[in-house]
Amino acid sequence: MRRWFNAQRHILELTLSALLRRRGKYLALVTVYTLVVFLLASVMFFTHALRREAATLLEGAPEIVVQRLVAGRHDLIPTAYADAIAEIRGVTSVRPALWGYYFDPIFGANYTLLVPEEFTHGPGNIAIGPGVAGASGSEVDYILPFWSSEGRLTSYTIAEILPAESELVAADLILMAAEDFRALFDIPEELATNLTVSVRNPRELPVIAAKITELLPDTRPIIRDEILRTYDSIFSWRSGLLMFILMTCVLAFIIFAWDKASGLSAEERREIGILKAIGWETSDVLQMKFWEGAVVSLSSFLIGVLAAYGHVFVGSSGLFEPVLKGWAVIYPEFRLVPFIDGYQVAVLFFLTVVPYTVSTIVPAWRAATVDPDAVMRG
Amino acid sequence: MIELVEVTKVFNRGRPNEFTAVDGVSLRVEPHRVTGLVGPSGSGKTTLASLIGCMARPTSGRILLDVNGSGSLSGLTFPGGEVTSLPERFLTEIRRRTFGFIFQQFHLVQGLTVLENVMLPAYPTGEPHAVLRTRALGLLEMFDMSRKAESKVEWLSGGETQRVAIARALINSPAVVIADEPTAHLDTKLAREFLDILGDLKSRGTTVIVASHDPLVVDSPIIDRIVRLRDGRVDDGAAD
Repeated sequence: MRRWFNAQRHILELTLSALLRRRGKYLALVTVYTLVVFLLASVMFFTHALRREAATLLEGAPEIVVQRLVAGRHDLIPTAYADAIAEIRGVTSVRPALWGYYFDPIFGANYTLLVPEEFTHGPGNIAIGPGVAGASGSEVDYILPFWSSEGRLTSYTIAEILPAESELVAADLILMAAEDFRALFDIPEELATNLTVSVRNPRELPVIAAKITELLPDTRPIIRDEILRTYDSIFSWRSGLLMFILMTCVLAFIIFAWDKASGLSAEERREIGILKAIGWETSDVLQMKFWEGAVVSLSSFLIGVLAAYGHVFVGSSGLFEPVLKGWAVIYPEFRLVPFIDGYQVAVLFFLTVVPYTVSTIVPAWRAATVDPDAVMRG
Repeated sequence: MIELVEVTKVFNRGRPNEFTAVDGVSLRVEPHRVTGLVGPSGSGKTTLASLIGCMARPTSGRILLDVNGSGSLSGLTFPGGEVTSLPERFLTEIRRRTFGFIFQQFHLVQGLTVLENVMLPAYPTGEPHAVLRTRALGLLEMFDMSRKAESKVEWLSGGETQRVAIARALINSPAVVIADEPTAHLDTKLAREFLDILGDLKSRGTTVIVASHDPLVVDSPIIDRIVRLRDGRVDDGAAD
C-alpha cells in the first residue's frame, strides 16, 4: 500500500510539472472551465437561496388569504366578510389586512406599504426597509413625503429602519399605522385589501377554503402552500431560462475542452512513448493522465464554486439581478443567507469534473497502448 | 543468459507493406559481457534489441531469459524463463527490473530536470522518494553530472545528454543494458568516452548489448562478441 502511495505521489509530481511546462494550454483551459463552473454554480446558489428565503418568509404568512374579486380583478374586501368567515368551524381568527404599492416619483422606486398586526410607533410614523433608507438617503427621525391619492403631500417621520435579515422582501418595505394607510389611499374603514385567516388544523385548509368560496362567492381564498408553489415555479422558470442560456456556454466549453483534452500534441505522444519504453505500464501512463485531468478539473471546479459563492452570497449576484429579482428597483445591497444544496453541487461536480477527466484519459489510453518499441524505431 | 530461438518479427502483417525485420534468428547472449549487434541500416539490429528488451513480442519463435541463472528474473518467476507469451504487464515489469535502455536519440523528457529524468523509470515502482533521489544523485556523481542535477535537460550539451541517458538507464540497477546506436550523434571523443563507460559497466558485472554500425564501436576492444546481421538474419559466415 505504501509503495502504491509513493508511486502515486511520484506520478502526481510529474503531472504537476507537466502542467507547469504546458502552462499556456492549461491556463486557457482552466480559465474557461472556471468561468463555466462559476456561472452554473452562481445560478444554482442564487435560485436555491432565493427559493429558500421566500419559503422561510412565507412560513410566517397567514394560512389563508381571502381576496375579493370584481369582474375577475382583485378588489377591496368589506371587513364585514370577516365575521361571516369567523363563523366557519375550525377558523381561529380572521383579520383585515392592509397593504399596497406606492411609486415614489422622486427616487423612481416602488415601495411595498404594509400595515402590520401591531404597529408600535403610532400614527404619523413609519418603519422603512433598508433598501428604502439607502435609496432615499434617510435615517431615523427624517421625514419621508408621500403623495396621497387625492394629490396632497403628506409626510411621515421615520421611526425605525427595519433589520436587513431578509433583504429580498424587506428591502422596499414601509410599515405604517392603519389610519395613515387608509388616509393615504383613501380607503374607508369598512374595507380592507384582503382578509387573513388562521386555522386550527392545517389539514382542514382545503375544506375551509371551499366553505369560504361557497359562503362568499365573490371571494378567492388563497392557501399559503399555493403561494409557495407560485414562488417556486416563478424562480424555477426564471432559473430554467438562465440555465438554458448557460447551456450554450456549456456546449461551447465541452467542444473547447474536448479539443484541448483529447488532442494529444506530438510532444505529448512522444513523451508517452518514452515513458512506456523506460518501463512504465499503460496503467501508469493512464494514472498520470487521470491526475492531469483531475488537477485541471478539480481546481477549476473549486475556484469556480468559490467564486460563485462569493458572487452570490458576499457580492450581490450582480450578474443575475436583472433576470432573477423581478421588477423592484431597490436592491442596492442584496445579500442572500448562504445556503448550499449538497445534491446540486454533486450534480455539478459529476457534470463537469467527471466528463473532463474521462476525456483526458481516452486519447492517452490510445497513445499508451502502442508498443513501446515505437520509440526505438522512431 | 538470454536465448533466442528462431525469432521472427514481421511488421504490418497481411498488408501490402508487410516486411520481415527479423527472420528466424537464434542467438545466445552471454551474461556479464558486451555483445555487439552489428549490421547496415535496415538489417534488423534495433528490432532485435527491442525484442530482447521485451519492448515488443516476436511474431514467432521463443525468447528465454535467465539472468540470475535460476529461471527467475529479479524475483519474478516464469516457467522456463520464457517471456515470449507473457502479458504486457509482466513484460513491462521485466523490462523495468531487468533492462536499462539507451536510445539513439537519448529521448530525455524535455522540461524536466536532469535529476527528474534519471528518476523517471523508477517512479511507478513506488520506492520512497528519498531512497530514489539518493540513488539518482549517486549515478549522476558517477558520471560527473551532479552539479547539473537541477538543470533542465534542454540546456545540456550532447555529451551531458548522453551521460544523463546512461544514468537513467541504470536507475533500476538493471542486469542488462541495451544501447541502440548510442554513438550515432556523438563526435569521436564523446563516442570513446561512451565506450569507456560501457567497459566500466561490464567490469561491474552488467550485461551489455550494443546495436551499432559505427566502426568505432565495432572495432572497440571492449566488445566481447559481435553478432553480424543482414536482412534480418544472423550473417553466420561473419559471426565472431
